[in-house]
Formats: sequence, C-alpha cells, structure tokens
Amino acid sequence: MSRISKEQVKHVAHLARLAVTEEETEMLTEQLDKIIGFAEELNELDTENVEPTTHVLELKNVLREDEVRNSVSVDEAMKNAPAQRDGQFKVPNILE
Amino acid sequence: MSEFETIIGLEVHVELKTNTKIFCGCSTNFGAPPNTNVCPICLGHPGVLPVVNHQAVDFAMRAALALNCEINRETKFDRKNYFYPDNPKAYQVSQFDKPIGEHGWIEIEVGGNKKKIGITRIHMEEDAGKLTHTADGSLVDLNRQGTPLVEIVSEPDIRTPEEAYAYLEKLKAIIQYTEVSDCKMEEGSLRCDANISIRPVGQEEFGTKAELKNLNSFAFVQKGLEHEEKRQREVVSAGGVILQETRRYDEATKTTILMRVKEGSDDYRYFPEPDLVSIFIDEEWMDRVKSDIPELPDARQKRYVGEFGLPEYDAKVLTITKEMADFFETAIDAGADAKQASNWIMGEVSAYLNNEGKELKQTALTAEGLAGMIKLIENGTISNKIAKTVFKELIENGGDAEKIVKEKGLVQISDEGAIREIVVKILDANEQSVADYKDGKEKAIGFLVGQVMKETKGKANPPLVNKLIVEELKKR
Amino acid sequence: MSILDKKISELNELLHKKELSVSDLVDASFDRIHQVDDKVKAFLTLNEEYSRIKAKQLDEKLVSGADRGLLFGMPIGIKDNIVTKGIRTTCASRILENFEPIYDATVVERLSAADTVTIGKLNMDEFAMGSSNENSGFHPTFNPWDLSCVPGGSSGASAASVSAGEVLFSLGSDTGGSIRQPAAFCGVVGLKPTYGLVSRYGLVAFASSLDQIGPITKTVEDNAYLLQAIAGNDPMDSTSAKVDVPDYLASFTGDVKGLKIAVPKEYFGEGVEAGVKENVMAALKVLEGLGATWEEVSLPHSKYALATYYLLSSSEASANLSRFDGVRYGLRSDNSNNLIDMYKQSRSEGFGEEVKRRIMLGTFALSSGYYDAYYKKAQKVRTLIKEDFTNIFEKYDVIIGPTTPSASFKCGSMVKDPVTMYMNDILTIPVNLAGVPAISVPCGFSDGLPTGLQIIGKHFDEKTIYQVAHAFEQATEHHKAKPKL
Repeated sequence: MSRISKEQVKHVAHLARLAVTEEETEMLTEQLDKIIGFAEELNELDTENVEPTTHVLELKNVLREDEVRNSVSVDEAMKNAPAQRDGQFKVPNILE
Repeated sequence: MSEFETIIGLEVHVELKTNTKIFCGCSTNFGAPPNTNVCPICLGHPGVLPVVNHQAVDFAMRAALALNCEINRETKFDRKNYFYPDNPKAYQVSQFDKPIGEHGWIEIEVGGNKKKIGITRIHMEEDAGKLTHTADGSLVDLNRQGTPLVEIVSEPDIRTPEEAYAYLEKLKAIIQYTEVSDCKMEEGSLRCDANISIRPVGQEEFGTKAELKNLNSFAFVQKGLEHEEKRQREVVSAGGVILQETRRYDEATKTTILMRVKEGSDDYRYFPEPDLVSIFIDEEWMDRVKSDIPELPDARQKRYVGEFGLPEYDAKVLTITKEMADFFETAIDAGADAKQASNWIMGEVSAYLNNEGKELKQTALTAEGLAGMIKLIENGTISNKIAKTVFKELIENGGDAEKIVKEKGLVQISDEGAIREIVVKILDANEQSVADYKDGKEKAIGFLVGQVMKETKGKANPPLVNKLIVEELKKR
Repeated sequence: MSILDKKISELNELLHKKELSVSDLVDASFDRIHQVDDKVKAFLTLNEEYSRIKAKQLDEKLVSGADRGLLFGMPIGIKDNIVTKGIRTTCASRILENFEPIYDATVVERLSAADTVTIGKLNMDEFAMGSSNENSGFHPTFNPWDLSCVPGGSSGASAASVSAGEVLFSLGSDTGGSIRQPAAFCGVVGLKPTYGLVSRYGLVAFASSLDQIGPITKTVEDNAYLLQAIAGNDPMDSTSAKVDVPDYLASFTGDVKGLKIAVPKEYFGEGVEAGVKENVMAALKVLEGLGATWEEVSLPHSKYALATYYLLSSSEASANLSRFDGVRYGLRSDNSNNLIDMYKQSRSEGFGEEVKRRIMLGTFALSSGYYDAYYKKAQKVRTLIKEDFTNIFEKYDVIIGPTTPSASFKCGSMVKDPVTMYMNDILTIPVNLAGVPAISVPCGFSDGLPTGLQIIGKHFDEKTIYQVAHAFEQATEHHKAKPKL
C-alpha cells in the first residue's frame, strides 16, 4: 500500500518551490513513502496525554528593549543581490 | 432580492508605532530611502535569529484589552510559510493557535441602533516589505519588513456595508485612543480586507465568501461591499454560483474586479516558531498595561453628557478622535464653558480644519487660547462677532486671546454714556425708522442696532445697544 | 612532531616565553594544509592572506605585552555553516557558492575576542544534512585514517582537519550527531553542548530546535578551552540559556571515584558492531578501575528517536531553507522568466538531492491534513524521549555508550539508500532530542579505524562530562594515536 501518491509529491514540490522531473517525482515518491512508512512506527505509542515539546529548555519571556540598533548600508544590503536596481532587489514579473 | 442576508467579516491590520521592528533593532521610520532601515535579521540572511520587542507585546496587549479581548496567559509565535518577494524568509512570523487576545467585541451605532460586533482574535505578526512593479520586473524594498503589526479579525457579525463602515470608524477610534498606532490608511499603518457572502434569510450555513482587497479608505470598504453585495445577489438570483474569489475594489469604475479564484484553502503549514520561546503574561504585567489605557471614546462620551451636560450628539462628535477630545477637556480645564467650547470646536474649529484640509495639531490653535477667547465672550469683553476675528488670529498665528484683543483694539464698548450718545445720534438721523417703531413695526429696532454697530465698528456691546435704543425710543 | 600536535596549554606557555610566535603557528597550519589537503579535502575556503596579517597583529600584541585572549594565536577552522563576515560561507551548497556574509556569528565574535586566527572554512554535508560528507555540493572530504573512507558528517571536515593536524581545533555543529559521529570516525574529541549553551546566532539553521555549535579538538582539555571561549548567554538568540558558565578547566581533577554511570542496553543492540561494543566495554572497565560504577539501564523510547528526529528536523529545515529563494542573495537561475519559475529553477539547481529530499519530507509533514499525524506526533514522542533521560539522570551522573554503531565506512557504500545512511545516527540523535550535552572521545580502533566513546550528561553539566572524559583519556593512550598521511 502506498502512503504517498505521485500527485501529492508534485503538490508538495510546488509548495516547496522545487522543480521536479517525472523521473525525480517517481524516485521521491518511492523514497518518501519508505521514510514515511518508517515514521509510522511512532503510531505504536499512545501519546494521547503527552504534551508536545517545541523547546527542550523551559525558557520564557525573552524580550528586548525597543531601542534602535544600527542598520546596514544599502551597499551591504545589496552586496549579494543577484539582480538590483536603485538600491532595491529586482525580481522577475509576478505571474499568478 | 430582499430575501438575502449579507454576512461580512473584516480583517484589519494595524502597524504598531514602536521605535524598532518586532524582531530586530531597525528603525520603523516611514518614508526612508529603500533598504536603509534593514539589517541581516530583517533581510532574512542565513543564520539570523529573531528577538521579540517588549514594547510590541505591550502595545498589542493594550490594543487587545481596549477591544475587550481576553488575554491568553501563554502566547506564542508560529511560522506561516509562503513564498513571495516581500517575505524574505519565505515564512512570516505570526501567531496561530495562541494569539495574544481572543473573544473581544466593540459596540457600533448605525441609525440610532447600537450593536455589538464580536472580535474573534487579535494577533501579533511581522509586516512584509514593499513591492514596486515595473515593466520588466518588480523591485523589493524591505524597510517595512518586520514592522510590528496586529491583525484584528472580526466575527462575521456585520450585516451591512454601513455597519462595516461604523465598525472600522469605531475600531480606528479605539486604537488611536490607546496610542499604539497612528492608523493612517494613506501610509498603510491601517489596512483592511473584507470577507463577504450572502445567504437566504433563515439559512444557518454561510454562503461562499469573496475576499475584497485593495480597500484604501473606509469609504471604499463600504462602496466595495455595496457593489459586491449587489453582484452576489444578482449572480444567485440569476441561478449562478458564487465562487471563492479574491476581488479588488476599483475606484475608477466603482466595481469589484476579480483577482483570482481560490482552489481549496491555502496551505500555510503553520508550526511553532522554534527560534522564539513562549510569552507568559501574569496579572502584574496585564495590570501595568491596563493602566496605560486611557479612557476610551464610549466612556468619555457618557461622561461628557453626565458631567458637562452636553447633548449626546455633541459628546459623540467630540470623542471621535482622542486629539479632539483631549483638546476639548484641556479647554475646559483652562476655564472655558463646556457648551461654548463644544460649540466652537464643532463649529468654527471643524469648519476651519475641513476647509484647510488640516489636522488640529497642524494649526496654531491651543486649547488655552480657545478657552481664553471664550472667557472674553462670557465676561462681555468681546462680542461673538469680534470673537470670529480673534479666532482667525488664534488658529492661524496662535497666541493669547486677551493680548490679541488689546493689541488690535477689539475691546467691546460697554460704556453706557458713550453708547447712549451714539444711539441718540443714530435715532436723530433716522427719523423714518423711529416713526416705523412708533407705528408698531418692531423690526425697525434691528436696523437701528445695525447702524449703531456699524458706527462702533462692531465693538459696542449688543445687549447694551438694544437696551439703550429701546429706552431712547420710549422717550420720543 | 608538528607544533600543532601540542595542546593549547603547552602552546600558551611557549608563546608566553616567546619561544613561539603566532606567525609560526599560522605558518605551520598552512604548511600542513598545503601538504595534505589535496588528499583530505577538508577546506572550502582558505583565509590565508588575512590569517597572516592577523598573526602579525597578534605577534605585536605579544611583544607589547597587551592583554591576550583565552585562545591567543590559536589557528582554528570553522564549519562552513557558521557565518563569517567577509569570508565566503557556503554551507557546502551551490545555492550559496558565492555568498559573502555581512555579519559575524556570535561564536565568531567570541573567537575573535579570544584572539584566535580563522584559517579557513570547512567542508560539510550540504546544509549539515548527512553523515558522510558525501553530500557536499562541491566535493567529499576523506578520512585521514583511511582516505578511501568517509570522515563522517555532517561536520566531517571539522573532524578530519583536526585529525590531519591542519588546524589546532575547529568548530562544528551537531543536529543529530554531526559533531560526535565524525569525531568518532576521525579519532578526535567532539562535544555537542547542551541546547542553549552556545549561541546559534549566525549558525545557518538546519533544525532550529536541535542545532548546537560545538568544539572539535584533539584532547579533552583543548575542548574545554574552546567551549569556555564560546559558551554563554547571547541576547541575539532567544533560545540561549541564561546560565553561568562554569570554569570547565577546573573539572580536570582526574577523579571519578563514586561516579555512577548508566549504560543503556538499547545502545548495544543489533546493528552495533562487535568491535565498537568491545571498545566501549573496555572503556567502562577503565572507568571502573578509576573508582566509578556502572549499571545497565533502559532508555525505552530510543527506537523511536530516529523517526522522530527525521520528522522534526526535516519540518524545521523545510521552513529554514525557504529563504534561499534567489531574491536577496545566493544562486538565481537564468532559466526563468517569471517569479514562480525563478523560485523553482533556482532552488532546484542550487540544492542537492538529500537537501531536496528533506525539504520534501518536511513540507509534507507540515502540510494540511498531516501535521497532527506527523509533526505533532513527533513532538509528543520527543517529550517521551526527553523523559527517558530525565528519569535516568535522577539516579546516575552520566550515560555512556558507543557514539556510532560502527567505525567509518567506505566512500560510496551507503549513498544509495537514505534510510540505511540515517541509521548511522541512531545513538547520537536521542541526545539532540533531549537537548542534553554529550561528548565523543577516542576509545580505540575497530579494523584499524577509530571508534568513539559517547559520554552523555545532564543539562548544562558539561563539567562532569569533561571530568569523566578527561579521566578516561589520561588513563588510556587512544588520543595519542595519529593518522599517517
């Protein structure tokens, strides 16, 4: 029984903004299915009354004061930009 | 078509006016050159981590309390995942299942009827950057990225576009009162999206909703909703089906235009932000924030009626903005009569602001100045007519009413002997009017008073003039 | 014997007596790199020019008698997922091939305050995803003990460079064993500190709730030196603990008398090679000889750790790696003319296979309808795993077991099957899930390749770990063995 379909793999790839070929889809479907199958071992455990752990340490209320710190220069901000114009990052047209 | 009921819910984003961004120390100043208020954190550089701005939490809590929300004693942040060039990490740090406030409400009034509109939740999140679209691509400015926002989601309790307008006005007033935001739609510090659907009266289930975006003013919200309400009724009446759509309001055509049809719900893959820890809010913290909330519009309105004896209408108008209400109260503290102060603010002051397109703080008028002027009217130093001249000076150049009156020689003449002399002179010169009066034409008095005022350049005390004319006429 | 074979305390002494200069140390480091790195291939970027300038500056300090930092003049290698201002930082990924950070990680600032010299940036599995260094987007690194074998991963080159004597020590990062496993494979000492002890600010995130930066060194003492310099609260990291950093160097008492050791039976299950087991049992005997006692215990949820780890780490990674979108930095594909295509092409060209696989897994586990079944379930099991450790630490001072099920393996032997590769981490992963600290120290050889002894401690009790590790190290000769290159 398959736990994940090729269509799901394609949908997930779109959500993650990854381009996948038919061949890659095929391979990923198989591999993800195997990993997920192995993850389903967790269902052996009854976790009904168990609290989830997001943080191992019990830290709380880590807050900073509302004080201005130095920003970087436009040049630094743009230093690694693949494309730019007039101090702004440039991206291709947005087609929905 | 009247058998349909309209269901409206509003989502309002309000920028909090902290000094710095929600997760980094960059300034939130509006209008800086592109990408100058940025750092590795808000640029979403590899390796950076967020740290929550204390003030942003305080402000969000203040807004939540002012909107009658219950404060979640444990509140936390979550990641909302989506790719867009104005969202540099490709996730927005927001709040999902433990927002700072829930289950609030505000009261609106439409056509004399009061109604409570529920507030589902208010949560904190980071604002996105700004995109500018050009012919050959879009430009990304990340100055705004990371500005603290609260999103305020209403219950689907709103039934008419007019109620939506009233809700927004009230919401804006309350938020402005709390001083956590400027609420300037033109600068984007307040933004609104609307959800609207219709259903046959009596049906429990909601109809498919359309989402309206690009609503740049409260008036456009109302107009957009009116159009959309009409459109949906026409579609359904013609046997059509409403699709789950995102539409925008177009000012030029005054219609809503389809942006995209949504297929299913967006999959944002929310999960708890592992880079931030939970915030626990205790009684002490909440009390401290509560004590920062000033008296809100409804309470002030009530007080103005009870304490100052103002009519309901006056009290409502005066409390629309905190600025105006504070101005009013300062004037009273400075010794002005409440009704007089109210009349002047709602009359001359408002008219001036409307004509000039200005805000109160952009003028030279002070509450003390206005109060001083009102006192001069009350003690008879100046007439109402002269007061208008004084007012113009006060609002344009500022200063002290008494000083202006002295310097410009505007003091009212209340010397009985001096005025009687003029009255006698005027009566002598207008025999016909005197005769008319004697014939029972009471109106003639008005003319004579006018003549005296003209002669004294408006400085004569009008009641005194009246009294003396009657006395002198009786002698003839 | 190279000068870099000496310990920090010995080098300090020599520098102090002016019998050695920082330039000598830096020269020795680059000499060794030029001599052996063709074979080991540990470095992605060398910081040679600046290192020599820095060495001269420090030497001037030495002459003038100015205050010296804790690690004065020591040549260090830094894993390439720790950002260094002005020095290319790639995470061994094509997507960041030409990325030059505009800020320093907190640990890099602290190293700078301690007066170290950054020799260069070290190879790794791309974005720290892997256990062999074969997932580097540029080239694999090889094990100095046997160049046909892997150095482990993901901090494979951090361990290999220390083992090969190219640098005195290095920084690695550990999400599921990425410091300890390569330390074991390369015969060096690697510590994963308690989650929250060392700032993550500037560590390119793989799995935020698991990642920790830690030191890789030749000896336990050097390890404590390096930790001392980088540990402690950082206001830039909300998950950084507000604890006082103890004097780790004071823990080297050599005394483990009365120490209670727990030995989990799950760490000796099938799949753990005989040679590895034997070395650990021998180590326990040594510790017994020093006055410690040990008992077999159970960490009952250990078998679920691997699945829990892959769900949580991949989910977090899927979001953490979304920022590599070709907009502000990094690779942007030329083969696109609209935004969505630009995203997809850039990310697909820039990320390697394993990274994509994990992004896919994580995106799936978080997606609508699956979140509760996978992500949330894994977070709950994480609680159970954490409790396993809490229970044991009520009665015992440390937990000891092997670091890895086997010694290093041949390059290419495991690349085909991701799940088999993941099995390498079964003994290290529970530690990350529980957030506790653990060290791997050399404990002998299996078929001529080093194996590691894993010593796990209580939250923020690195001191006891060091105490045990140091006592063991001093009682044995394992750490003196050097690879022949």
